[in-house]
Order: sequence, then C-alpha cells, then structure tokens
Amino acid sequence: MSNGINFAFLDEYAKREIRRSVIKAICIPGYQVPYSSREMPMGRGFGTGGLQLTLALIGADDTLKVIDQGSDDSVNAVNLRKFIEMTCPGIDTTTHLQEATLIQSRHRIPEQALRADQILVLQVPYPDALVIVEPSEDKRKIMHGEADYSRLLVKLYEDIVKFDEITISHRYPTRINGHYIIDPSPIPRYDVPKLHNSEALILFGAGREKKIYAVPPHCLAEPLAFDDVPFRIEDFTDSHGERRACKLCASQTSFLDEFIDQQGERVYQCSDSDFCEQQQELAHG
Amino acid sequence: MGYVAIKGGGRAIDGAADMLELLRTRQGESGQPLDIETIEKQLYFLHSRIVSEGGLYHPKLAALAIKQSLGDTLEASFALRAYRSTKPRLLETPVHDTTNMRLIRRISASFKDIPGGQMLGPTTDYALRLLRMDLLNESPEQFQAIAKSLFAGLPEHAALDSFPKVLDSLRAEGLLPKVNQATREQPFDITREPLVFPVPRSAALATMARGETGSLLAIAYSNMRGYGDVHPTVAELRVGYLPVMLPHPLTGELTEVGEVLMTECEVVAMYQGDDNNAVPTFTLGYGACFGHNEVKAISMAILDRALQKGMQDGAENPSEDPEFVLLHVDGIDSMGFASHYKMPHYVTFQSDMDRLRTTQQKQEANHE
Repeated sequence: MSNGINFAFLDEYAKREIRRSVIKAICIPGYQVPYSSREMPMGRGFGTGGLQLTLALIGADDTLKVIDQGSDDSVNAVNLRKFIEMTCPGIDTTTHLQEATLIQSRHRIPEQALRADQILVLQVPYPDALVIVEPSEDKRKIMHGEADYSRLLVKLYEDIVKFDEITISHRYPTRINGHYIIDPSPIPRYDVPKLHNSEALILFGAGREKKIYAVPPHCLAEPLAFDDVPFRIEDFTDSHGERRACKLCASQTSFLDEFIDQQGERVYQCSDSDFCEQQQELAHG
Repeated sequence: MGYVAIKGGGRAIDGAADMLELLRTRQGESGQPLDIETIEKQLYFLHSRIVSEGGLYHPKLAALAIKQSLGDTLEASFALRAYRSTKPRLLETPVHDTTNMRLIRRISASFKDIPGGQMLGPTTDYALRLLRMDLLNESPEQFQAIAKSLFAGLPEHAALDSFPKVLDSLRAEGLLPKVNQATREQPFDITREPLVFPVPRSAALATMARGETGSLLAIAYSNMRGYGDVHPTVAELRVGYLPVMLPHPLTGELTEVGEVLMTECEVVAMYQGDDNNAVPTFTLGYGACFGHNEVKAISMAILDRALQKGMQDGAENPSEDPEFVLLHVDGIDSMGFASHYKMPHYVTFQSDMDRLRTTQQKQEANHE
C-alpha cells in the first residue's frame, strides 16, 4: 500500500501466529489459546480480537460482513468495515448474510443459519466464563484443565435459591464438546443454541485478554443448566401471552430490540437489520 | 430513538473526525500549528511519557502522536503502539550494560558520596512550584536570549560522561547478592508472547516498562503506604543516553547504532533470609523505561521488588500479586476497555431487562 501498511495491516509474522492459534483452537474446541495480540489502531474493547482474526483470515477473494448489535450500520461496525476495506484492497463487503464468506460480529449471531463455507468471528470482551467465580487467571487455567466447573454450578444454584431464576442474561456459560466451558461472548441467550451443531466455523477473539477459541462445525455446545431447571432464552411474549412481533417486518421469531419511539410508545424491532430488510422485501414481493 | 440513531453511523463518524479537527484548529486563522520539534523539545516530559508508554523509541513519531491526539497521553501512546504493530521484529539486541549510559542526571539516596559523585541535572525536585507569570507572554526573543545565555556557558563539545554504578560498590562490599550469570534467562518478549502465569521476571519488567505511569504509581503507592512493606532506598536513579549496540552485519562486532534516552532506578530493600542459611543480603528492585520518567522508574522498581517477594512467598497484597499488577497497568488495554462502555450495548441490555423483569414477576407472584 502507498502509505506503507501491509495488506490487512498486520505484518505476516503476526498473521501466521494468529492462524496457528486458530488451528489449535479448532483442534481443542472451547480451549482458550493464548496469543500475543497486537495493538490495533482502535480501542481495546472495540473488537480488536475479532479484528485480528478477520485480518489474519481475509484474502482478496473474500466477501466481508461486519455487524454490531445485529446492525451493519452501527458506528462500530462502520468503523471496523472502513478500516478493513482500507487495509485490504480487493475484498468485497456486503450487508447480505448470504453473500458473505467472513462475518465479524459483536453481541449477535445472525438470525439466519450460517453455511459451511462461512466463518463467523465474534468479538469477545471476557473470554473466560469462570471469571465470575474466580478472578485469578492462573487458578482458572487449572480449573479448566480439570473441567472443574463446580463453582459455576453453585453460582447458578444460588441464583435459583435467591431469585427462583438463573440471572445470567448474556455471556451464558456453554460447555463445548463435553469438556471446556466457554464464555460465548455477550450474545443473548437467544443466540446460544445456534452454536450447537453449527454448519459454520465460529471463532472467538479476545484482543485485550489475548485469547482465541473456537466452536468448530458440528460440535456439541450445551448451555449450563440443571435437569429440572432447563436453559431458557429471552422471553418476548406480551401480557396476553402472544409473541411480540417486529414493527417493521412482523417477524415473530427474531430477537427484538425494545425502545421508546418519539410518541413515547414502546416498540419492538428486529435486532438483525439485514434479516429484517430481507423479510420486508419478501413481504412486498 | 435508540434504533434510529445508529443509522447513518458512517456519516456520524466522519462528522466526529471533523469536529476533532475543528477543536485542534479552533485558534482560527491567527493560529500556528504545533511544530513537531517543539513538541519533542519543549513538551519534553510529555514526550518522554509517550515513548515510554507507547513502547517504541521513535522521538519524531511520538511527537506526531502528541500533536494529533491533542496531548492526550493515553491516545498518543496508543497511536504509537498501533504503529509498532505493523512492524516486524527484525533482530534482538544483546543485553545492554547501563554503566555505559551518558548521564544527564544521577543521584543516590543511600550514600552521600558515590563513585563519580551526585549529579542533580535537570529536575523539578527542589523547584518551588510557583507559577512563572513571566512565561505567560514570553516572546520568541526572550526565549532565544535565555537559550543563548545558557548555551554560552557550556564547553563547545560538552560530551556527557558515564559513571560507575552505585550497586557495584554495594555488591563489592557483599551487601547485595552476586549477579548469578547462570540463571540469566532469555528475555521474554511481551510483544510476541502472551503472559501466561507464572511469568518470568523479564516479562514483568517489560510489561511495567511500557505500563501507564499513573497505574504503576497508584499500585506502588499502595505498597508504600502499608499494603505491602518494601521500604525502598533509592540506591541509584540515573537518566541519560544509552548507546544501542548491534552486531555489525559483516564482522559481527558490536557496533553503536544509536542511543535511547532512558531512566533507570535501582532500589535496595531490607534483607531476606535464605533457605540454605547463606549470609543475608539486601534485596533489589529494578525499574527502567524509555524517556525521562523518574516517578515511573521508581514505581516500577518498588513493584519489581514487591512482585519478586510475592512470587517467592505468595502475594499478601495486590502490589505483590503478578496477575493483579501486570494485567492492570497497561494504559492501552485499560483505557480501551473503559472507553468501550460507551459503545452500544442494546442487545445485552435487552437481555438484562429480560432477566430482571422475569425475576420481578416471580417475586410479585410469590408475594400475592
């Protein structure tokens, strides 16, 4: 590039290290692979882990989709996409899930099912599900190795005793391939079942915490629960027991954003803007 | 209006960049842009902080980083650090001996008379912190006159000297443990390897060397005040230019390729026993960083001592816990994460509301 920056910003050694870490992460599903994690020209916490994965994986023949909160047009998604476009000449970008080969996302897994030829990269602020019960990384590493998740289960149990509900709203601890429990990034519980037996490879990148982990395709992904207290996703039924619908596309299955409109009314809209637009197009023929 | 506001994100970002640029140029048409060399020379301590926290010794780009970030230390260090990410590591220097530093300042708090003598150099330590009103409207002529008069007093080729190290004399007297050449480990490169605890001391030192000054100071201060008991004495604090040596590409002979301005601090702390009943000696803490940053180097030296104690005997205080110190002193990491809370969290908040409402409904049902 004319400004002296390498294709995909990172130098080739850095990309190679990330790819090696990705391979290791796929081989040991759910295991957090430590990697050196370069500083990116955007804030730690703004998706630098996901960004490094994307930059290490992207080639000139890829088509990229970047979303944040389900939207292609939110400021952070725009910022990341612009940066990747700037440093990766030749790539295509899209807002249509079906056209994308590489999808980077924060806080959501797209509504529609992913395909085997797609890779989903999720941005991760806290890579370790055990951090809510153990602050020391050194101790957590031992607990993961021994698959000792008793304290997490106790935390869930205490929730039930205190509130009659498991209070974990997002970042729901999920056991991968019967061993490691991951923090699936701050996706809502609604998205957690999509990890299970996914067609696409799902990669997790925590830049600040310097970890990469993976849920490979066709892999077991089980949210932590008890036999008599099943895992539950967010409830979007109204007071009449009806599933709320998106105001724009009328979908009654999607994850909804709730907000107050200018008239002071509470309204609901799809969080996944691409899905919502596709539904509207279908409806209008 | 939450949902609608994020539409047009691209235009909003462009607008924000323009507004920042407006802030930078708001002096208007009478304004003069900051000169890069002026930043490096006149904002000397700010500049020092950026080369140190940015972890890249590039005086010119550090000055540029200060200019474009409008003087925000975290942002400026960040830009320098991100620039560094694009550069491959080509080679490694051998271990450098700081005895060769060309000093502008060196002091010892442990001995009045040290080999080579105390050299106060440029310091604000004994300055009265009275505002110098005469600088409010300093004219270029006045500025140049001061420079001229001070330069006139200097010999034409005032070469800086190097001095022996205070620690060497303590070591010669048997008050400090001998340097154990056998245990000298390959230095840990924190830019190429993640910290997986327990980490070697070199990893801890490297992490602190580019740590954020305020963060290091706060944790070191907790130790000084009583959450810990290092009780250091500054054996030597030195500031100067360290010649950087690299093997000559043809002959392999070590050749000076440049110099870096550095601050180095060695503290001596009370003695420790030894499991083998060997003669007790004082213990050491070491701090060093790019630039002229004395508070940072002292804080680092105290924390090095505290961490060594924690690694050996187990941490009794936050400042002795390697994970606590090393994972929380990086300014780029911590400012990034603090800032990220400003980003939309609509989805997770929706999920939070779902949990709260469900719990509330259940409680209400129980009360009825």
